[in-house]
Order: sequence, then structure tokens, then C-alpha cells
Amino acid sequence: MWTRFKKNFGLTAIALPGLIWFILFSYLPLIGIVIAFKDYKISGGFFESLLSSKWVGFDNFKFMFATNDARIMVRNTLLYNMLFIVINIVVPLFIAIMISELLNKRGAKAYQTMIFFPYFLSWVVISYFVWAFLSPDKGLVNRLLVAMGADGISWYSEKKYWPFLLTFFNTWKNLGYNIVIYLAAIVGIDKTYYEAASLDGASKWQQIKHITLPQLRSLVAVLFLLAIGKVFNSDFGLFYQVPRNSGALFPVTQTVDTYVYRTFRVIGDIGMSSAAAALQSIVGLVFILVANYIIRKIDRESALF
Amino acid sequence: MKRQKSYSYMDISKGSNVLFNVILIVLSILAVIPFIFVVIISLSDEASIVSKGYSFVPESWSSHAYEYIFKNGADILNSYGISVIVTVVGVLIGLALIATYAYVISRQTYPYRKFFTLVALIPMLFGGGLVGNYLVVARLLNLKNSIWALILPLAMSPFYVFVLKSFYRTSIPDAIIESAKIDGASELRTFVSIVLPISKAGLATIGLFLTLGYWNDWYNAMLYIDEQSLIPIQYMLIRIENNINFLAQLGSQQGIVSEVTRNLPSETVRMAIVVLTVAPIACVYPFFQKYFVGGLTLGAVKE
Repeated sequence: MWTRFKKNFGLTAIALPGLIWFILFSYLPLIGIVIAFKDYKISGGFFESLLSSKWVGFDNFKFMFATNDARIMVRNTLLYNMLFIVINIVVPLFIAIMISELLNKRGAKAYQTMIFFPYFLSWVVISYFVWAFLSPDKGLVNRLLVAMGADGISWYSEKKYWPFLLTFFNTWKNLGYNIVIYLAAIVGIDKTYYEAASLDGASKWQQIKHITLPQLRSLVAVLFLLAIGKVFNSDFGLFYQVPRNSGALFPVTQTVDTYVYRTFRVIGDIGMSSAAAALQSIVGLVFILVANYIIRKIDRESALF
Repeated sequence: MKRQKSYSYMDISKGSNVLFNVILIVLSILAVIPFIFVVIISLSDEASIVSKGYSFVPESWSSHAYEYIFKNGADILNSYGISVIVTVVGVLIGLALIATYAYVISRQTYPYRKFFTLVALIPMLFGGGLVGNYLVVARLLNLKNSIWALILPLAMSPFYVFVLKSFYRTSIPDAIIESAKIDGASELRTFVSIVLPISKAGLATIGLFLTLGYWNDWYNAMLYIDEQSLIPIQYMLIRIENNINFLAQLGSQQGIVSEVTRNLPSETVRMAIVVLTVAPIACVYPFFQKYFVGGLTLGAVKE
């Protein structure tokens, strides 16, 4: 065993910096899960505080679920994800088919490039874009409303619009990315299917319905399951930056990730925030394992592991 | 005759083509118009914004916002510089870490390959969450208000490791590595002088992912940076926004308001900062898009 280790030492040494990174930034943070079951008090150094803090079992979780906030954030996270999953799978599918069928191929390339653009922007930048349209006094939308004789809307304090707005922004940013995924699959479909079908007199619509869509079925299943694996996660920037952290909107913008951030950084409650984060990690793990198990059954090639 | 007609079944009809083009043009415009709008606002005259609000056709144009940034915006330029430094250093460190680690787990003959693969796989499924990350970076590593807090946490990601590993497996023949070994080259030498040069396309893809991640990052700055001199441009935008919200809440309490207002960039300057933040991405991404797309379709862990 020792000789085997010595013989392979050259390669092991090359992987060492990466291994150290994983230990520091992926494995040591797992103490966050441990803290969820402790009454964490800072006393001296990092490890000292961890060891000297008392175990409290599920107390942190009980306190968290006693608050109204906890129910809201769980509800919002799940509902938004369900909505996003359906839209982000269905809409790009049809647009990708449109792009692939265009007669003008250069146009196809140009459209794809433009629609991909928002994906490369940060939510902070996007929140400024949104402000340009929705600012209560200077925003374009209110200016138009007023010009048409209607009243302006104070967008950042009226929560009823935000489920729709957030869904729209999320779709807008991620559309190009999802189209690319579908286009890669469409390009991979065997051309002879279409040739055979058209010789048999199948119209283009019939070909799309009977060749393209069925060929994409396993990709759709995989995308769906991967998204289900992340159903307890949310895009922090979308829910925190885009609504400008507006308190009036919390009932429709609070998700698990914004809750963890606010309880930890604003309120400073390590117990409840670590409990929420731990819950997210554990539920996330279960969902990913189940999703991956099902993906393996459908399409071994697409499984994560 | 029949034959000729059947050929047209390969294409959609002219009518459908027009319809699809219209839909896609609308979507394309929708995708880029907010950025164009912000560019227009940044080039508007401040007075016309005060009177007319944000508009696609301002009453008068002005490059004042940009002149202001380049003459008096020392803070803004400094933040821009921090973002550039973090991105350049981060991409170099990240590439070094990812390229080495991915290479080791891509070597089929390496006996500890399974272990190192598992080490990279587990973080994809399970994380410590915000509190754990924060305590490690701020308390254990003591990186609060250090530029390394912006660089190190983003340097590596399991996903990039697996993308590059797939790339190595498909583009580097084992025979090349074997022959280098027979010639007596050390592992490190083989990696540096043989593997790296033929992996440029793969490294470019990962470099692009990393560049985007670093340039667009504000989360780590929000957690770990308070010091003005270390604020990256994305976080600078958040701070400006916070000050505006603060002002709005104060309403008309004059004394404090004037103090904050004095340090606040004007409407046009704010939008000019947004434009300068997006500009590097908008300029290069059409050219690098193909590397990006290439990377997305690789990346399964598969053994």
C-alpha cells in the first residue's frame, strides 16, 4: 500500500491544492448543519465556540416553525419553483423548435444570441433595469399610465403584482440558456427520420409532433427532475435584489434563501437561520437523490451520477 | 412531380416562417431593450429626467454622467478596478485549481481516482448553507474585509471540475501520457508541457464561466466586505440603491437627507455605472458564446 502511494505521489500532489480548497470551502462549512442543533455562542476561536456551545436538539427548528415567516417562506419557495419549472421547460421548448425550423439560418443565429444576452447579467444590474421601468415617479410604465389618464402604481409596495413580475423576470433571464439546451438536443436528432417522414408525405407540423417532440421527451423528463431536485432552493438575487429588499413585498418575496440571509445578517439569529439552511440542505439532498434515481431509470446517460 | 412536392415537406411554409420570425424578433427586442433603455438614460440630460422621467427620447442628450465618472468618480473607478483585479486573479487561481484537480480524476490508471471524484461530487448534493460558509470564511480564515474573501470562495466548483474532466477524457489520448511517462517525464511536467497546451479550448470554456461568475458576483461582497476601498462594482450598485431606499424612508427630515444626498450619484451617473458594468460582457459575449454553449453540453460526472 505504501509503495502504491509513493508510486502515485506525483499525481496526488497535483490534486492537493484542489483537495484543500474542497476541505476549506465545501466540507468545513458543513459545521453549519451541526450548529442548527446547537445554541451557538461565540466564545474564543472558531472550533472553541463550536465545542463549547450546548446541544439543543430540534429547538431551533421548533422556534423557526413557530413563526409566521417560516410558513410563508416555505410556501413561496415551493409555489414559485412549481411555476418556474413548468414555464422554464415548456416555453423554451417551443421557441427552440421555432428557431430550429427557421428558413433563414443567419436570423436564427442572431435571435439566439440576443435572447441569450440577459442570462449573462447579474440580478443587481437587472434590478436597475427594472427600476428604469417601475420607478414610482420616473419609471417608464408609470409615465405611460399617467399619460393615458390612469393613476401611477407604487410598484415596490403593492405585493399583488410581484408573483407575476418575478415569474416574468425569471423567464426573461433564463430563456436563452434553456433554449441552448434544447437546441443542442434538436441538432442531435437523426436527420433521416425527417427525410423518411417527408417522403411519406408527413407535413412539417406532423414531423414536429411525431418526431421532434417524442425525441425530446427524455430531455424534458431529465430537466424536470433536475429542477425538482432544487425545489427547495431559490435564486437569492431575484427575490432579494430585484424587489429592492422592500418590506411591504416580503409576503410574496420571502423564500428560504432570503429568510436565511435576513435572519442571519439582519436579525443576527444564528439558531433559526442555521436551522432553515440545514433544512434546505437535507430536503435538497433527499430530492436530488430521488430525482437522480428516477433519471437513471429513464435515461442512464443523463443521470448526474 | 410528386417527388418535387415532397421535398418541400422538409421545410416549414413561408407563412409559418414569417410568423416565427415575428415572434423571435419580439423576443430578441425584449431581451436587449432594457439595456438600450439604460444606455439612453445614462446619456440623457439630468434636467430632462427630472422633468420628464426616464424616456427613450430624452429632451436633450448629455455625456455629463460619463465625464463625471472619469473626472470625479474616484470611488467608482476604484470599485471597477477591484472588480477587474478580483476577476483576473480569480480566473487564474480558479483555472489552476480546476485544471489540476480535473486532470487527476481524469486519469484512468490513478488508483485514488474514485476518492477524489467523490470529494468533488458530494458538494454538488449537499452544502453547509450560509451560516457554515460565513463562519468558515469570516471567523476561521479571518477573511472579513480581505480581497481574498471575494476570490477564494468562487475559485472552484464541482460542476466546472466535471466539465473539464469530460473534456480531458475525450480530447487527450492515453497514449500521449504513456509515452511521456516512458520518456521519463514527471507527472507535473507531463501535465504542464503536454496536457495543458492541447486543452486550450476546454480551459477557455472554464475561464469564461469563471470570468462571468467573478464579474457578476455581489453576494460575497455583501457578506464579507464593508471597507469602501475593497467594494467591487456590483456591490457598489447595491450600496447606492440602499442609500436611495434609506433616503426614501427618511422622507423630509432635511438635515440628514442633505448629508446623504451629497454623496449620492445622480440618476444619470447611476445608470452610467450600470452601463459600464454591463459593457465588458456585452462586448465580448457574442464572440465567446460558442465556448459557453460547448461547456454546457459537457459535464456529466459519469464514471
